[in-house]
Amino acid sequence: MARGKKRARPLFEGSEWTFELIRKSYDAIEEVALGELGLDVYANQIELITAEQMLDAYAAIGMPLMYRHWTFGKRFAREELLYRKGVQALAYELVINSDPCVSYIMEENTMTMQALVIAHAAFGHNHFFKNNYLFRQWTRAEYVLDYLAFAKGYVAKCEERYGIDAVEAVLDSAHALMSHGVSRYARRRKPSEKMRRDKARARREHEERTFDDLWRTVPERTKKGRRRKTLSRRHLEHAKSIEELGLPEENLLAFLERHAPKLEDWQRELIRIVRSLAQYFYPQRQTKMMNEGCATFVHYEIMNRLFEKGLLTQGAMLEFLHMHSSVITQPGFNDRRFSGINPYALGFAMMRDIQRICETPSEEDREWFPEIAGNGDALATLRDAWADYRDESFVLQFLSPRVIRDLRLFAISDDAEEPFLTVEAIHEEEGYKRIRQTLARQYDLAYQEPDIQVIDANLKGNRRLVLRHLVRDGKLLEKNECSRTLRHVAELWGYRVRLVEVCAETGKTLKEYDALPLP
Amino acid sequence: MKVLDRRLNPKSKSLGNRQRFVRRAKAHIREAVGEALKRRKVSEVEGSEEISIRSKDLKEPSFTFDRERGEREYVLPGNESFRPGDQILRPPSSAGAGGAEGSPDGEGEDSFVFTLSKEEFLEIFFEDLALPNLAKRKLKKMNSPMLTRAGFQSEGPPSKVNKIATMRKSLARRIALSRPKLAEIEALEKALAEAEKAGDEKRAAALRDELHRKRTRRRAIAFIDPIDLRYNRFERKPRPTTQAVMFCLMDASASMTEELKDLAKRFFMLLHVFLTRHYREVDLVFIRHTSSAMEVDEDTFFYGRATGGTVVSTALEEMRRIVKARYPVDDWNIYAAQASDGHNFRDDMPSTLRLLDQHILPICQYYAYIEVGDDGLLDDGERMSVLWQGYEQLVARHDNFSLAQVLEPSEIFPVFHDLFAGPERAA
Repeated sequence: MARGKKRARPLFEGSEWTFELIRKSYDAIEEVALGELGLDVYANQIELITAEQMLDAYAAIGMPLMYRHWTFGKRFAREELLYRKGVQALAYELVINSDPCVSYIMEENTMTMQALVIAHAAFGHNHFFKNNYLFRQWTRAEYVLDYLAFAKGYVAKCEERYGIDAVEAVLDSAHALMSHGVSRYARRRKPSEKMRRDKARARREHEERTFDDLWRTVPERTKKGRRRKTLSRRHLEHAKSIEELGLPEENLLAFLERHAPKLEDWQRELIRIVRSLAQYFYPQRQTKMMNEGCATFVHYEIMNRLFEKGLLTQGAMLEFLHMHSSVITQPGFNDRRFSGINPYALGFAMMRDIQRICETPSEEDREWFPEIAGNGDALATLRDAWADYRDESFVLQFLSPRVIRDLRLFAISDDAEEPFLTVEAIHEEEGYKRIRQTLARQYDLAYQEPDIQVIDANLKGNRRLVLRHLVRDGKLLEKNECSRTLRHVAELWGYRVRLVEVCAETGKTLKEYDALPLP
Repeated sequence: MKVLDRRLNPKSKSLGNRQRFVRRAKAHIREAVGEALKRRKVSEVEGSEEISIRSKDLKEPSFTFDRERGEREYVLPGNESFRPGDQILRPPSSAGAGGAEGSPDGEGEDSFVFTLSKEEFLEIFFEDLALPNLAKRKLKKMNSPMLTRAGFQSEGPPSKVNKIATMRKSLARRIALSRPKLAEIEALEKALAEAEKAGDEKRAAALRDELHRKRTRRRAIAFIDPIDLRYNRFERKPRPTTQAVMFCLMDASASMTEELKDLAKRFFMLLHVFLTRHYREVDLVFIRHTSSAMEVDEDTFFYGRATGGTVVSTALEEMRRIVKARYPVDDWNIYAAQASDGHNFRDDMPSTLRLLDQHILPICQYYAYIEVGDDGLLDDGERMSVLWQGYEQLVARHDNFSLAQVLEPSEIFPVFHDLFAGPERAA
């Protein structure tokens, strides 16, 4: 050949795939991913499935195993319809955060797509699952499939023993609270029995040492200056029980599982299963954009490097670019196709931008990102970002003016009382910071979901449970949904449940809901 | 890296989920099925059906924000000409900015369309229907045996090997014949090696001997011997079934227009599907009559063409003959359904009524009469056809006799449903 560089033979030609080609491509991709990009992944397991099986997997929220419940049937019916009518194409791939990392690829895919999918899922997502701090902290990849198998079996056994209806009732209620069944902070280590006893003794000794009967005669004063009544025994007990229950508690499902007075053991276990699922998906919900960005960046990088080595034909490369660009399309807000910010587009754009900042920074970049601008090692910078950030902090840290300009982002404020929306900031010097903050908050689940906590539970008297919704920016709960959900809480709790909506700033009560379980 | 081919794995893993979903949505589905039925052709009664139900009732609630309240700030892409401070009229809620906070769950799904399979459709269709008064129980001829488990047997096909029973036998035999365990032999080998090392030749020889004996014994006694094998045994048990026969009588005379016949056929079609589905052992006898009656097969009954005058008693006579010949009254539950436009040859009425009153109704568990069309309908809604008038006198005297009228296809299912609603109706 006339070319100076010796080019390798392409991995495959044409669109048909075979197991051998998949294996060969996998090896080539692995070489690039681990050797050149320095990714660190779980062992891979690639499974070939049909379109119908893909629909099955969809219905089970992407898990290979799932307990039986009508909501998955409903989801399946809907997905199937959308697919059949051609409204929506199936995903090319599906990947599960487990060890080994299972990626599903479809038999309908062409060989180029299979290669793309392997690069995207088996290396991109896989690396993210293994290294991101949220996944490391909250999910145990090696147990996921076993746990799901247990859950499926357990639910089936309960159905057999207690009837489908009884099981369905508990699962329905638990599902309604799924988004409030997540622990956001790692649990504090419980002090051992001995430590507790030592502490109690020390406190008692201290009290005995410093006891002085005179104090009892001094009238206590409150802020208003009026004499406070000595706390009655009942109040003290109440305060104590609240402390014992660990209130306030934001994980409603966990609280109900532990303290609901009427539940049977198997019902608690069912709640626990739903809660574990919610917890398992929590990191994914917080890192959707980064996760997809990471996978997209990785497949883009890998496919390009393969092409440079001559391992991909031009036809395959064109096919890849076509798919890639349709994945990262971001329609404008006024486009008919617009449905929110495309996580693939934003993630990929930001990561490519980090690469640019590291390698060829402009003056502006040096000013905005002094730590990474021009450091020359984009991949290491990205690997750190993938490991230590979630969507919210990633945007806050890395969204550059350049990306804001490229995507022409602008911030809008929307007060439901007003008939119009106001443009707060656009892609210009004064607007960057505001846009960055607003966008980051958009990815903050704690801000996007209502802040509801258990604040009081009377276990001895009327057994009423009180929840509080801290209302920020006047965002109240949707009435119908709220009363229906609250009924589910009451079903699980077994007694009257009240929800108060309290303004976070003024402390004023804005609205109250009450629910009783059905007899 | 592993590549697994899962394409041959069992499909429709979510069947159980679907059943639960259908069960959950049953009330809505039944409503929709009723709707769907009106649009069907006779030949389509047995088929799958696409139905749509409102998804609102299937929505799973959760704590969410009210979109119409409060202040929000969000970022959108694709700015074209906005400047800070610009005010934009709020777009209608579904378009534009509304998408910014759109939940991934998808809003605005008003009705939920999905396809019911034939099984599911019929399941719902005939739910809570039953033949009344299935009283006479007698063992039917042994043509519906059921396979039931009946212990183990020592011979059989490999596919029926019962591993647990086999291993149990094997274990018992090994213990009884004291087959040396592998651990024993290993212990001996170790002791032998030690003895050899220590140079204790006498002990080594004894050990070697022992080892040899045990090894031989172990070889001689198999781990699993053919006599250990146990197979699952199945027995054919006759299943007691209730004998029932359904007589379908249809007027095929010239006064029955194509539409009326269509109505009658729809009714029988339903009856047919219902019986073949719920009572596999029910015999069906089809009789069509003009001025003479004839027993015909299914196809001729539904699709045959013949016309003539109308003499109802011939059909009843034919039914009586068949009962006498083939269905001894003591052993059989006898049912009959008659469809007609209400015309009869006037002179025939006395004998028709006598036949019904004295011969047919006393032996029937249940007799349903469906009058189709509006020929016999007076202006005030009263039915005045010859048959209806005659039959009405009998209703008072016989519990097991029901009359119903059908004017248009949409009424067929409700009427059918009323006629066969639940086992308690006849009580």
